Amino acid sequence: MLLHVSDLIKTYRGPDGAVEILNGISMTMNRGETLALTGESGSGKSTLLHLVGGLDQPDGGCVDIDGVDICALDDASRAAVRRDKVGVIFQQFNLIPSLNVASNITFQARLAGVEDPDWTRNLTTRMGLADHMGKYPEQLSGGQQQRVAIARTLAARPALVLADEPTGNLDEGTADTVLDLMLTLVAETNAALLMVTHSERLAMRMGRRLRLRAGRVA
Amino acid sequence: MNAKVFFFLLFPFAVSAQGFAGLGLKDDSFATPQIPAIFDFPRDHGPHAEYRIEWWYLTSNLEAKDGTPFGLQWTLFRTALAPENGTGWSSPQLWMGHAAVTTADSHYVTERFARGGIGQAGVTAYPFEAWIDDWQLVGPDLNTLRMTASGPNFAYDMDLEALGPLIFHGNDGYSVKSAEGQASYYYSQPFYAVEGTLKLPDGDVQVSGTAWLDREWSSQPLSENQMGWDWFSLSLDTGKLMGFRLRQTDQTFYTSATWITPDGQTTAYPDGAFSAEPVSNVTVKGRTIPTQWRVTLPDRGIDVTVAAINDQAWMDTSVPYWEGPITVTGTHKGVGYLEMTGYE
Amino acid sequence: MRRPSLTMTGLHALLSHWWRNPIQLFTLVVGLSLATALWSGVQAVNAEARASYDAAAATLGEGEFEQITSDSGMILQADYVRLRRSGWLVSPVVEGQLDNARLIGLDPLTAPNGLGPVDMSNGQLTVDMLTSGVFFARQETLDLLGEYDISLVQSPDVAPGVILTDVGTAQRLLEMDGFLSRLIVAPAQPMNQVLFTDVTPKLTLRTPQNGTDVARLTDSFHLNLTAFGLLSFAVGIFIVHGAIGLAFEQRRPVIRTLRALGFPLRRLMALIAVELLALSLIAGAIGVGLGYIIAAALLTDVAATISGLYGASVSSTLQFRPEWWLSSMVIAVAGTGMAAATSLFQLSRMPLLASARPRAWAMQAGRGRMYQAGVAFGLLILAALLGLVGSGLIAGFGMLAALLIGAALALPVVLDRVLAFGTSRAKSVIIEWFWADTRQQLPGLSLALMALLLAMATNVGVSTMVSSFRLTFTGFLDQRLASEFYVYANDADQAAELQIFLTPRVDKVLPIQSVDQDIRGLPSEIYGPTAHATYRDNWLFLQSAPKAWARIESGEGVAINEQLARRGDIAIGDKITIAGKLFDVLGIYGDYGNPIGQVIVTEALFERLFPDSRALQFGLRMDPVDVPALTNELRNSFGLAETNMINQAGIKAFSLNVFERTFNVTGALNILTLAVAGFAILMSLLTLATMRLPQLAPVWAQGLTRARLGRIEIIRAVLLALLTAAFALPLGLALAWTLLAIVNVEAFGWRLPMYLFPMAYLRLAVFAMIAAILAALWPSYKLARTRPADLLKVFSNER
Repeated sequence: MLLHVSDLIKTYRGPDGAVEILNGISMTMNRGETLALTGESGSGKSTLLHLVGGLDQPDGGCVDIDGVDICALDDASRAAVRRDKVGVIFQQFNLIPSLNVASNITFQARLAGVEDPDWTRNLTTRMGLADHMGKYPEQLSGGQQQRVAIARTLAARPALVLADEPTGNLDEGTADTVLDLMLTLVAETNAALLMVTHSERLAMRMGRRLRLRAGRVA
Repeated sequence: MNAKVFFFLLFPFAVSAQGFAGLGLKDDSFATPQIPAIFDFPRDHGPHAEYRIEWWYLTSNLEAKDGTPFGLQWTLFRTALAPENGTGWSSPQLWMGHAAVTTADSHYVTERFARGGIGQAGVTAYPFEAWIDDWQLVGPDLNTLRMTASGPNFAYDMDLEALGPLIFHGNDGYSVKSAEGQASYYYSQPFYAVEGTLKLPDGDVQVSGTAWLDREWSSQPLSENQMGWDWFSLSLDTGKLMGFRLRQTDQTFYTSATWITPDGQTTAYPDGAFSAEPVSNVTVKGRTIPTQWRVTLPDRGIDVTVAAINDQAWMDTSVPYWEGPITVTGTHKGVGYLEMTGYE
Repeated sequence: MRRPSLTMTGLHALLSHWWRNPIQLFTLVVGLSLATALWSGVQAVNAEARASYDAAAATLGEGEFEQITSDSGMILQADYVRLRRSGWLVSPVVEGQLDNARLIGLDPLTAPNGLGPVDMSNGQLTVDMLTSGVFFARQETLDLLGEYDISLVQSPDVAPGVILTDVGTAQRLLEMDGFLSRLIVAPAQPMNQVLFTDVTPKLTLRTPQNGTDVARLTDSFHLNLTAFGLLSFAVGIFIVHGAIGLAFEQRRPVIRTLRALGFPLRRLMALIAVELLALSLIAGAIGVGLGYIIAAALLTDVAATISGLYGASVSSTLQFRPEWWLSSMVIAVAGTGMAAATSLFQLSRMPLLASARPRAWAMQAGRGRMYQAGVAFGLLILAALLGLVGSGLIAGFGMLAALLIGAALALPVVLDRVLAFGTSRAKSVIIEWFWADTRQQLPGLSLALMALLLAMATNVGVSTMVSSFRLTFTGFLDQRLASEFYVYANDADQAAELQIFLTPRVDKVLPIQSVDQDIRGLPSEIYGPTAHATYRDNWLFLQSAPKAWARIESGEGVAINEQLARRGDIAIGDKITIAGKLFDVLGIYGDYGNPIGQVIVTEALFERLFPDSRALQFGLRMDPVDVPALTNELRNSFGLAETNMINQAGIKAFSLNVFERTFNVTGALNILTLAVAGFAILMSLLTLATMRLPQLAPVWAQGLTRARLGRIEIIRAVLLALLTAAFALPLGLALAWTLLAIVNVEAFGWRLPMYLFPMAYLRLAVFAMIAAILAALWPSYKLARTRPADLLKVFSNER
């Protein structure tokens, strides 16, 4: 088992007192699996994704990746898990603006010390980015930027790929192309893909679906 | 040369001047003029250390052979820090000399300072000599004088001969200056005939004309509410007129005048008989100064216009004032001198 | 309820930003205040330094006026009166030793300068002075005195060791009734004068002594201090500019919202202008106060100067002069105005819904940078041209300005290229990101970095200039005032007697012979000093032929001063004619301040060339402790006047002390300038911190800890400081060179040698680094403590 989430609780301290975002979520994923996380706005999809990615700390329960309980780790070790095991693709792409496309793509792989030039070249060619390697992020279109973000994540070959509305900012045609590429590449690296989406159409293309409502599995 | 220093020496007790040049200030340790005025000549031509302020003030209207008018001033002031003579450097008597030559377009002024007690400046009554540095007004007596002065750009050397008697102003020389009764001892010799040489940057000029000597001493000649004065000495075709008006803080004036016949008979006029009204002003050193006047003495049928020969005759000395020659037109004709003080 | 006006609503929204972010307001006000304080502090120190130097010059120079002296050292008071009555405007001086001080009596009514530094505007004091007697002196001089029935007035402007008083008082205390020591001749004399020799044939009329040398030297220092003042003005303007620019940047969202809500642009701009004016006035006022405190803390005469503020008795050097605080307020307001003008202009052109796109900003900055690079390059070329072909003081100052502004504008361009190079050469991914990210931040930091550059360059320049000046001046004093005591004889007979009298009493009598002669048509003086180690040790050449001293001592050649070399276009190896004979020029020495040319030959050669000349002047090498005793002996035995004897050891010690004080003050100011620049960096970093989260969050998400990001932040500040320092060093040296070799030559006709002080520069670089670390410490700590939730907001879909 690659991912084991049990009884995850996250509360947010708002102006009207504590609001429970996640209220005892449990789930598991294996390598090679794809899972769509759906639900209304505010149902806790993104929060779950962040907790799974070690980007935030839960108030209860635990997240176990590859046999390691990441909630029990200190900041530095959690950063190491992010670097080595997890790749995150955001809706806003969130590329590093000061680095060019080539450096952005290899960033995490080099950080984790697993850069594989052949794999990277393969990725960029198939993503149609080969002509854009020297450009800076804001010189690219949205679809191109998201492809860079996906390439960046997959270049490091993480075991677990997390995607938060990866095609939310793209038009439908581009979205389908990007998703196809992502699914193919995830399958090739035998990674698990956990994708947050509000689109039933996209969700149907994933192996499993998990619907959240008010912080619980519906 | 040391204007600031002397300014404070002249008015040691008041930086915010009481009247022009602190003359409205009272100091009980000094003597005050008494009535009746009794003079003892030639002794009284000399200094009176027990009074705070005193001057030997000579003004002269001159002409070159071609008729060009000139004005000339020679003045020695004495001021006392204390009513005593003292000796050497510690003498409290201080002296200041002003000399000026006025032409239609130039006005040359220079100033000297001296400490009493070391011989650098002083006055002796008989034989008469008044001096500061190389300037002197010297004669065997007041009737025959030689007058010299020099500055960086002018010098003069004049012989004076008195053609008439001394004149006593006010009440036989007791000249009242305000309604409160401030007064000074005041007499004049207005009958000098003058002849001599003016040395100017353009060369020497032989001149001749008349001169008027004022002698005055007091300890508090102005009242506290008097800001300054306008003083006229006029030599007219029918006689001579001395008149002044003291400007008071409430915009009123205190006037006084003496009419002098050619043979030296005098008539003193009380406050109000004489009047002087500015006709037009000029700007001199940033100040507004009236240099044309209407002067009247109805009792003598005098109604004349007085105009400065050079309206820029500003005495830019440590105690600044306006002093210059004038011409007189109207019911009477003549020349004279105008002095205006206290214009800030 | 009354509806609040539109203006009030807008003002409230603008001001609420400060209310919510008090630290930003604090940094803005502090930045403005510090810039103002720096300027007013420098002004105060300048004023104080000037006053001290003037006092030194007054002590060193024996007055700018002609003097009348007597062989006997005494002048009859009657002769004084006779001279006055002959049309000679002279003023009496009585001087002598009173206890351990030099008592100088003057007559304030006739002295050309009154009582010199003593303020006579207190009427009662003046009356007392002329009657019962008053002593004006520094407190430490007054402390030397025994009991006298005379009022004491503390006057910090009087030279040390001197008591000024009335001539009458001095006569009485020195028991000189009826006698004077000498007479000062007023510069303007009347038309009619009796010939001097007809009045007092026994007295001598002397032209002013060459004491003005030192005054000229200090003039040069004044000019350099002025330049320092202008430099600190530039630093101040930069810092104000930075602070205001950042205040706009920080409030961009508020402004955007207000505009989106339909607030009229014009009124918004007016509101901001008014708000900034008020802020700058407040900050300026704080800065003036702060500057005063700084100046007061830096100066040693504080007690005296502060009391001068409240006690009306004497003038003081450190006063709240109107021009002082006015110019400081101008810095604050004008600096704010300049900065606000650009920001308001940008605001007026800002698209309504412009979002923060940092890289786009950087790209745009990149296009602006091309233009900036062009201007910078043009200015630097102009500076070089002015240096090469320009002449005149204006060109010198123009060169300074072009150099400074050009270098400041060039800094971001150069740094950008250096960082791009670093990025391309980086092996590790983190280092590559570090370089690239640093480069991206450059536009936001460049104003602060320019301020740092100017501050450091100014410090390098000023410390080089000041230290070079000190070395030169002490060298000059050693050269010129090598002997402890100088005596001037009134005539040749007296000189012979003096030499016999002095020889057994001192270590060495060095006769100083001189004649005036034209060299290449230039008025010059030929000196023939006795060969003695004193000269060889102390006269340093600017240029010389090999073994110059040995050859000069053998009579082979001569040494000339720089003035003669420059004006006569004489180089080493050229020949000049002295008394009809040709001589090689073997050395050129610095002769700071001397208006005319000078030639040094050996004593033997001098006697051969001018057999009739006799030395009237003697330098005496002796124990400085014995100088006062010898002074008394000479006065009693030879009747020498004070002006005939100069205690150089005392003068030298005093002038060195004055210099030392100024140098300490300059050092303290250097640290202050750096602190202000460091503060500018802090402000910039704090502002950038919030804008930077979107850039940092992806890096964090991909596996870097917040603590590490914080550490990188400090390293970045140090790197930028070091790069700036590397750029500042040559700029500072160029500034110093311009001051010493261009401005000074144009102003005074001689060049100050430039010395380098590597340790001082190293120390400065360390200071700059410390300032950068201190500035980065807090932003870095804040970054390390950023909540993950704040970082995650970057990724949230509803941005």
